[in-house]
Amino acid sequence: MMIKRITVRRIVDKLVASLALLSVIIAIIPLAGVIIFVTSKGLPAINLEIFTSLPRPPDEIGGGIGNAIQGTLILIGLASMVGLPIGVLSGIYLAEYGNNRFGSLVRFIADTLSGVPSIIMGLFAYVVVVLATRSFSAISGGIALGIMMIPVITRTTEESIKLVPNTIREASMALGVRRWKTIVLIVVSAARSGIITGIMLSIARIAGETAPLLFTAFGSDLWATGLNQPISALPLVIYRYAISPYASWQAQAWGAAFILVSMVLILNIGVRLIARGKYRR
Amino acid sequence: MIDRASLYDMKIEDLQPLEEAGVVEKEKIRIRGLNVWFSKKQVLQDLNFGIMNNSITAIMGPSGCGKTTFIRALNRMNDLIDTCRTKGEVLLDGVNIYGNGVDVFELRKRVGMVFQKPNPFPKSIFENVAFGLRVHNMANGQRLKEEVEQALREAVLWDEVKDRLNESALRLSGGQQQRLCIARALAVKPEVILFDEPCSALDPTATAKVEDLIRRLGENYTVVIVTHNMQQAARVSDMTAFLYLGKLVEYGSTRDIFTNPRNELTEKYITGRFG
Ligand SMILES: Nc1ncnc2c1ncn2[C@@H]1O[C@H](COP(=O)(O)OP(=O)(O)OP(=O)(O)O)[C@@H](O)[C@H]1O
Ligand SMILES: [Mg+2]
Repeated sequence: MMIKRITVRRIVDKLVASLALLSVIIAIIPLAGVIIFVTSKGLPAINLEIFTSLPRPPDEIGGGIGNAIQGTLILIGLASMVGLPIGVLSGIYLAEYGNNRFGSLVRFIADTLSGVPSIIMGLFAYVVVVLATRSFSAISGGIALGIMMIPVITRTTEESIKLVPNTIREASMALGVRRWKTIVLIVVSAARSGIITGIMLSIARIAGETAPLLFTAFGSDLWATGLNQPISALPLVIYRYAISPYASWQAQAWGAAFILVSMVLILNIGVRLIARGKYRR
Repeated sequence: MIDRASLYDMKIEDLQPLEEAGVVEKEKIRIRGLNVWFSKKQVLQDLNFGIMNNSITAIMGPSGCGKTTFIRALNRMNDLIDTCRTKGEVLLDGVNIYGNGVDVFELRKRVGMVFQKPNPFPKSIFENVAFGLRVHNMANGQRLKEEVEQALREAVLWDEVKDRLNESALRLSGGQQQRLCIARALAVKPEVILFDEPCSALDPTATAKVEDLIRRLGENYTVVIVTHNMQQAARVSDMTAFLYLGKLVEYGSTRDIFTNPRNELTEKYITGRFG
């Protein structure tokens, strides 16, 4: 009787373990697939010119997507200028002072915001910025992406600050350090690897967004010269080139996809390295 | 010297000249009618006694009797707890720390604290000690380095860490971490240091080192130490206060308390027949 129960338990154990392993493999297949696929198709299109040149008409040989890389970097920069301070500060607020109804409201808004489809963010920036300034622009695209960053950064910042043990807050206060200085110099510093992880993840997330850029940044065949003008971006180029009938453009779309995936991958590896933290045991 | 206890009904103001003349021992802290509540629950009841200057005072008593609450009343750390309410006076050098116009941040600089579990900041060893000095603008550059070294020497940690000042403080052993926390408190030049069961998370060897250190600190600082450990109280302290259910049961020189307790409860406690 006893022995039987133990064998049954062992079989169930094995079964669950193998099922879990199987799920992991199934989850990894598409990820690996995407990377292999994008690499095999995209790598041949990679050369120096694709980084340094402007797009050419489809019937001409060569040309590149340098302006799209430039545009994506500028858009990420603009988005960070919007999303980073607001996100980090609201995260700090929620963790340190958000134990009330207003805090719950902010949390609810942040969670809702992160569920709003990205195209709606684009629509919002379109109405508020593009229509007001009568021009597609880098700024409007940056704002759309920046708003998308806010909830991710807010919640990861809040969570990592809440993980900071109260004992080190007390240690600082007991030295006669004011609450806000304690928060800035001790708590945020102790939580910084978590906060940076959140920031990097949010950047990785928006780097590939296409929908919110369609009617904000809009796209351009020129180098960006001003933030109040339409600007190119990698996802926009991929979208436009991939659905075009020209083989040369399609090849460049794969190249752009490869560059974008590499950027996100590098960001994520950076996150891992930072998340390891300097002052862990 | 006149026995301080015989002058208990004299006013602080009248005693001060006698203290200065060296006729009576100087009192660093006087607790007058101290009551503390958490929400509705009264945790300390009408405490009245004095803590001698440059001496070590042990606070003893069974778990939950209010020892932690008491020492946290001495640097107003209880203020951080929303539900906590305090009534009464704590005079530091004759000035009520709960009085109007007292700068609680300045107070906490003067009355430092070391906690039960070592709680270094997740920063380097150097930065842990330098933190208070930097925030309070007390030193920078070369001076800062010297002050940090001095605090670490005072905490008898310098020789063990002088070659690894930039390493994470979290990589130190428990005993070293606790001495680092002591150095961190010493760096801002307090007059009083509060210890809340500073050895309860340490092994016997580390405990011995920290005890040694505390005994030495008693020569230049006013030390108040909460301890569960009777031998520890007997070893390190000059004066002992015995708390029970939030009341002061007995207070006197450690020798008297341990050899000749006046109160039955104290006697039961120190002979381990409590409960
Ligand atoms: N933040 C708080 N809120 C409500 N009650 C509290 C709080 N802190 C302490 N108490 C209560 O106050 C009483 C005294 O607690 P305190 O921590 O001062 O005891 P202690 O003598 O230090 O005990 P121990 O030896 O276990 O550390 C206890 O009954 C405890 O439950
Ligand atoms: Mg306690």
